[in-house]
Amino acid sequence: ELCPLIKNILLLDSEGKRIAVKYYSDDWPTNSAKEAFEKAVFAKTQKTNARTDGKILLLHYDFSVNGRSVSLWETSSGSVARGVGEPFNGGGIVLGVSMLDAEITMFDNYVVVYKFVQDLHFFVTGGENENEIILAAVLQGFFDAVGLLLRGTVDKKEALENLDLILLCLDEIVDGGIILETDANVIAGKVASHSMDAGAPLSEQTITQALATAREHLTRSLLK
Amino acid sequence: VDYSPFLGIEKGAVLQEARVFNDPQLDPRRCSQVITKLLYLLNQGETFTKVEATEVFFAVTKLFQSRDMGLRRMVYVIIKELSPSADEVIIVTSSLMKDMTSKTDMYRANAIRVLCRITDGTLLTQIERYLKQAIVDKNPVVASAALVSGIHLLQTNPEIVKRWSNEVQEAVQSRAALVQFHALALLHQIRQNDRLAVNKLVSSLTRGSVRSPLAQCLLIRYTSQVIRESTNDTQTGDRPFYDFLEGCLRHKAEMVIFEAARAITELNGVTSRELTPAITVLQLFLSSSKPVLRFAAVRTLNKVAMSHPTAVTNCNIDMESLISDQNRSIATLAITTLLKTGNESSVDRLMKQITNFMSDIADEFKIVVVDAIRSLCLKFPLKHRSLMNFLSNILREEGGFEYKKAIVDSIVILIRDIPEAKESGLLHLCEFIEDCEFTYLSTQILHFLGIEGPKTSDPSKYIRYIYNRVHLENATVRAGAVSTLAKFGAMVDGLKPRIFVLLRRCLFDNDDEVRDRATLYLNTLGGDGAVVETDEGVKEFLFGSLDVPLVNLENSLKNYDPSEKAFDINTVPKDVKTQPLAEKKATSKKPTGLGAPPPGPPSTVDAYEKLLSSIPEFASFGKLFKSSAPVELTEAETEYAVNVVKHIFDGHVVFQYNCSNTIPEQLLENVTVIVDASEAEEFAEVDSKPLRQLPYDSPGQTFVAFEKPEGVSAVGKFSNMLRFIVKEVDPSTGEAEDDGVEDEYQLEDLELVAADYMLKVGVSNFRNAWESMGVDFEHVDEYGLGPRDSLAEAVNAVINLLGMQPCEGTEVVPPNSRSHTCLLSGVYIGNVKVLVRLQFGLDGPKDVAMKLAVRSEDETVSDAIHEIVASG
Repeated sequence: ELCPLIKNILLLDSEGKRIAVKYYSDDWPTNSAKEAFEKAVFAKTQKTNARTDGKILLLHYDFSVNGRSVSLWETSSGSVARGVGEPFNGGGIVLGVSMLDAEITMFDNYVVVYKFVQDLHFFVTGGENENEIILAAVLQGFFDAVGLLLRGTVDKKEALENLDLILLCLDEIVDGGIILETDANVIAGKVASHSMDAGAPLSEQTITQALATAREHLTRSLLK
Repeated sequence: VDYSPFLGIEKGAVLQEARVFNDPQLDPRRCSQVITKLLYLLNQGETFTKVEATEVFFAVTKLFQSRDMGLRRMVYVIIKELSPSADEVIIVTSSLMKDMTSKTDMYRANAIRVLCRITDGTLLTQIERYLKQAIVDKNPVVASAALVSGIHLLQTNPEIVKRWSNEVQEAVQSRAALVQFHALALLHQIRQNDRLAVNKLVSSLTRGSVRSPLAQCLLIRYTSQVIRESTNDTQTGDRPFYDFLEGCLRHKAEMVIFEAARAITELNGVTSRELTPAITVLQLFLSSSKPVLRFAAVRTLNKVAMSHPTAVTNCNIDMESLISDQNRSIATLAITTLLKTGNESSVDRLMKQITNFMSDIADEFKIVVVDAIRSLCLKFPLKHRSLMNFLSNILREEGGFEYKKAIVDSIVILIRDIPEAKESGLLHLCEFIEDCEFTYLSTQILHFLGIEGPKTSDPSKYIRYIYNRVHLENATVRAGAVSTLAKFGAMVDGLKPRIFVLLRRCLFDNDDEVRDRATLYLNTLGGDGAVVETDEGVKEFLFGSLDVPLVNLENSLKNYDPSEKAFDINTVPKDVKTQPLAEKKATSKKPTGLGAPPPGPPSTVDAYEKLLSSIPEFASFGKLFKSSAPVELTEAETEYAVNVVKHIFDGHVVFQYNCSNTIPEQLLENVTVIVDASEAEEFAEVDSKPLRQLPYDSPGQTFVAFEKPEGVSAVGKFSNMLRFIVKEVDPSTGEAEDDGVEDEYQLEDLELVAADYMLKVGVSNFRNAWESMGVDFEHVDEYGLGPRDSLAEAVNAVINLLGMQPCEGTEVVPPNSRSHTCLLSGVYIGNVKVLVRLQFGLDGPKDVAMKLAVRSEDETVSDAIHEIVASG
């Protein structure tokens, strides 16, 4: 099998308990085998600095294009979403700043990439010969999409309250082990598409422009 | 407070709630919530009974009436999770088919994925038309959904999916990145068994129309496969598609750069010219701020270091800074890579860095480090002191069984292979069993002490450690300690009285086995404990290896009726069936660790020695010098399979022909090998020992012995003819006919070469050995070896010709070297130590010149070695 394959995607809490998990491989045929794997992964990765205690950076800006009101969000790694959910009140805001790189480990002949934020632990597992950077791209897509869908408040409480969004998110990232999409913007957009104005999509240029304005606005407000 | 919306959730209650799906006025929000709860339960590992699942499924199908998009999404997800049975699928088929043709992209994409997931082949033909359309849909999400579903369906319905080739091929040209990726994956899987088609696909795409990084990674994988399966143009050294891989190293996506770099390092027989650009890229990754990149790079370089250590040395400085990497997986990989590529002078510095880092990594990483240190020690025996110290330090620290076993195994191997490390190693082990929680390790170490301890300069210092075990341990360890004490008593006459005192104390142990062993040893070693030499026979009986197969012994014991007549071990058949197995093991690599047979001569030599000395005709030949690995004299899968082992004695050679009969309808009798030694002038046949019977599938041996000039490495060629009487066997009864026919069977020729007279015996420190051997019988000369494929090939050829042991890893020739020095050691017939220093150099483009310096304890032997090279 030459196609990159994802073995599982896990979202666990600060005690290693499941928030949402999805397995795409027969390597763990029973629930207890899955739980044992999750327990092992959680234990192996506790002693790392993949954790950020602050919130993830989320830039949010509301503005109007062609008379339509549009909301834009941008994550720390540059993923952009628009029109997701209800807009916040008032202009651009920063919900904590923390740049964060995915961490990685290997055990039992699996490569696991992971990222922690608050009390949430994100994991993506691949086989021992999988390209680590592809796995990291999947993790980044999942992590940022969840960040966008939860609008910056990325913690266990918010995740459980929006579990439907998380489950749809998993459904849009991987299908039967094959990567469907790694762009957090697209993933979040697909999940939230029912509240999106599907009729008239914004051009990429409009978004780029809007973001530049938003960033400038933000910088000015920080310097004040 | 840990708040959760699912606090106190119960399956029964949620199933009740699912009744809202049947309401005539659907509340989409409420229904979504209930589905989320059901999915939550399933996700937590809850299971639904068949009845429950069916009920939920039917209720869910009602929800297709709602036009709420959010709810529809949840319906799609739960249908997939419930994995309905075939008759249930029919219920939703029409709803899903309607969504498949909807104007809304999101409906089309999801309906395709759901339907393809739950459908069986029969339905597939109905929807095939839509799927083909979807593959070339304008909307990339729809196209991807159809393509990915196609990849899954190819496993179950290949003949249908293969019909979509044209559409898939069109999708490969899509401008949407992910569509291109999915289309390429499917197209390749459709064609994977057609090598020519895959070749064409790769050569057209590598010219560059792939935009998606993921698709580019796929293309790199397909290209590597094509390279693997195509034959290299060895004349020009050019590899097809190498330029494509090399070009990918400059791609803007990191995943592509890495995929290409890894692919290059994994090319068969990769040259250092090909490797260089890939290593350069990986080296840059080593200093990346992203842990994933550092990990990927160091893991790949670690593999490269196994086959091309010199190619990685350029990265050593970057690698050393990774030893303190926060990510311990990266640090461990960096350490083990450095241990593979490091040189003698960097060992001490490395060990210091490793010591700081060992305490905070997991056991499995520690085992990797221990293994790397063991190989390092074997490579640089001079460094045994600091490496052995390191091992003994970590042995004292906390750790699980596997980790401790790895350390102990390593120490045992070092003791065995590096004589200078023996005494300190044994003492480390002694200290370890003072405080060892693992019974298995304690008993294994005690056994090992019993073998090695008596041979040291001061065996008495181990007694205290061993006897302490008798006081402080469980019965298994105590019994092991008693046996070890007895071994010291048997092997070291001076210690005997003291050992007897200790053994007598063990007679009061509360465990049967311990008391029995003590009694047995006291009696057989000569009860009064005087300082007398232990009888060889007793030693052999107590500590020698068993000369009957264990299976046979077990069978005989089972059949033994307890009676007045004592069990006689001589009645146990020395079944020859196990012989070929033992020989196979002989060809495999050196055993490792505690589980391996005891040191000294390898066990097969023991077995051969025993076998030969049991034949009276050969008893007078003296001590067996060497037995070769078996040489096949027949092709595989012929009627009769014969191989031969060459046994070398000082003045004789014995050929042991191992024969087996693969024809069930035949019984062979009076089997002999007729040897024509006309091309081996110095040899005269003195004896032969025919094999009485050779039944089907029950191997046996026949021997032929030759006399040869004493102590001389006579060589020659022998042609062999198998001669026997063949009798028909009735397969139904297994009985052979009375009359047989004489027949012959031609075997391949056998050669005795100079290397047969050389034992591979390593020295731990070649320079010391070389210096102390002195120049008295040194013989130096130069040879031209003519044109060779490579320096490495020339080095190998000379090593094989001489049959000597390469020392200090000098058999490995770094790629692109113009010269190389190789150190060999061995023992020549007559037990003469020989050391050889070979200096190779390239003389012109292909011609190899060699300077051969031989030192030995005997001038004629030094000359003989030159003779071998000159005539080889």
